[in-house]
Amino acid sequence: MKRQWLASPYIVWMVIFIVVPMLLILFYSITEQTEDGLQLTAEHFRRFIDPIYINVLIRSLALALACTAICLLLGYPMAAILASREYSRKKIMYMLIVLPMWMNFLLRTYAWLTLLERNGVINTVLSILGLPSLDILYTNEAVVLGMVYNFLPFMILPIYSVLSKIDRSVIEAAQDLGGNNITVFRRVVFPLSLPGVISGITMVFMPAVTTFVISRLLGGGQFTLIGNLIEQQFLSSGDWGFGSALSVIMMLMILISMGIMNKYEQENGGGALW
Amino acid sequence: MRFLKKTYVFLIFAFLYAPILVLIVFSFNESKSRANWEGFTLKWYYELFKDRHIMSALYYTLLIAVLSSAIATLIGIIASIGIFHMKKVPQGVVLNLNYIPILNPDIVTGISLMVLFIFMKMNLGFVTMLLAHITFNIPYVILSILPKLKQMNKHLYEAALDLGATPAEAFRKVILPEIMPGVITGFLLAFTLSLDDFVISFFTTGSGVTNLSIVIFGMARRGISPKINALSTLMFVSVLILLIIVNIRMSKDNPERRARIERSKENSRYLPDIGHDI
Repeated sequence: MKRQWLASPYIVWMVIFIVVPMLLILFYSITEQTEDGLQLTAEHFRRFIDPIYINVLIRSLALALACTAICLLLGYPMAAILASREYSRKKIMYMLIVLPMWMNFLLRTYAWLTLLERNGVINTVLSILGLPSLDILYTNEAVVLGMVYNFLPFMILPIYSVLSKIDRSVIEAAQDLGGNNITVFRRVVFPLSLPGVISGITMVFMPAVTTFVISRLLGGGQFTLIGNLIEQQFLSSGDWGFGSALSVIMMLMILISMGIMNKYEQENGGGALW
Repeated sequence: MRFLKKTYVFLIFAFLYAPILVLIVFSFNESKSRANWEGFTLKWYYELFKDRHIMSALYYTLLIAVLSSAIATLIGIIASIGIFHMKKVPQGVVLNLNYIPILNPDIVTGISLMVLFIFMKMNLGFVTMLLAHITFNIPYVILSILPKLKQMNKHLYEAALDLGATPAEAFRKVILPEIMPGVITGFLLAFTLSLDDFVISFFTTGSGVTNLSIVIFGMARRGISPKINALSTLMFVSVLILLIIVNIRMSKDNPERRARIERSKENSRYLPDIGHDI
């Protein structure tokens, strides 16, 4: 028996549970049930051009970009510090970053309500210190905070993993050749860490742009992101056509950003995401 | 500089652990509300085990996690060997299809599966949720096993056959031990993903079958019961103890095995970093 046939059960599985569902979504996004039966239509996609929905898209992209930028700014130094430490502590630090992910993410996000509330933990501490109170719950800021909180480890870990593999002698050579710390970082360390930065950006941006849970919990429902919009179409308004069209748009967005990342990665040589 | 670094690391960890600390502290709070502290109690831990709703959600969460990761690992092992021996072009097609559930936003995966189940006139419930979990678990298992197969000496299997082993024996005694680290990584990854999943379960379940994430999401509007805090404290502590035990055992192990585990981590470093540190 040829061994490649061992893949056939999974291929059948993939066709049923991966390919057919995608095709169904595509089918619903371009058809419409009318009195004369099923008809092809571009109506669902045309509806999306409405300023209301375009604004939803822009808001989703803007919040996800803000989250990615903050994660990069916070995560890079953290990864660099972790990569510079000695072995035994490193292992503990790595575990400490992974550990929170073992707790249900809904619950961890929900806990931010307790922290951020008007009479919550943070404001109590601030008022004891005599500082002005922080009132960001149910705003864009709270949603971005929730995203950063959930996705920061996905930025730190890939950058850390690349940084800890950089050959020390390359850095020493750059220093011997007269580069000061800033030059060495800018010309040697940072370019070498780019593959990690790029997979970090991908792993943060993608889930951030498609989330509907974080915005639902911390945005208090008034801040609709594209994820919430899709959920609404399927679960409350029952508009599968429009919901499918939105899903197709979301998939295209992910594909395009993957394409850009891949192209960039190839130009920079190596460190493929997968 | 050293002080600055330490402060920075401390602040980041404070940020990552503050909500967890709050959850744990409030599981011992006498008051039902999460706003104020009214004294220490263990009653939520006691009442947790009497709550039918939460216990049934816990049961389904664990059952689905165990079943889906076991089935996904089984299908994944067989499929990986098949994919590994495929010709280049069909192999590329299969691998690209395999990436779809990983790259697709959870919400799209969940909705497309829901549409499929409704289209096939299946009742949304335990079976559909299990099928959905197996579907998003298999790709991670395959991506953990394939690098192991690539590292393996190609002639080992043939050598085993030449020495008189049946294909089944050769698989069990030669291939399986070689790919075992990948299998374990894949299984753990699948188990954790299934345990923590909300979005896909949310769209593919129905008729009273819920997992913990769905219960928590449902409660979030009215306020989450401290019983859930108690449950997650228990789960968190068990994971912590498990990790500590594994780590102590690993540091006692011989260096060769440790090097092998390091290498297997290496291969999976671009998978979401959830389970593979074990």
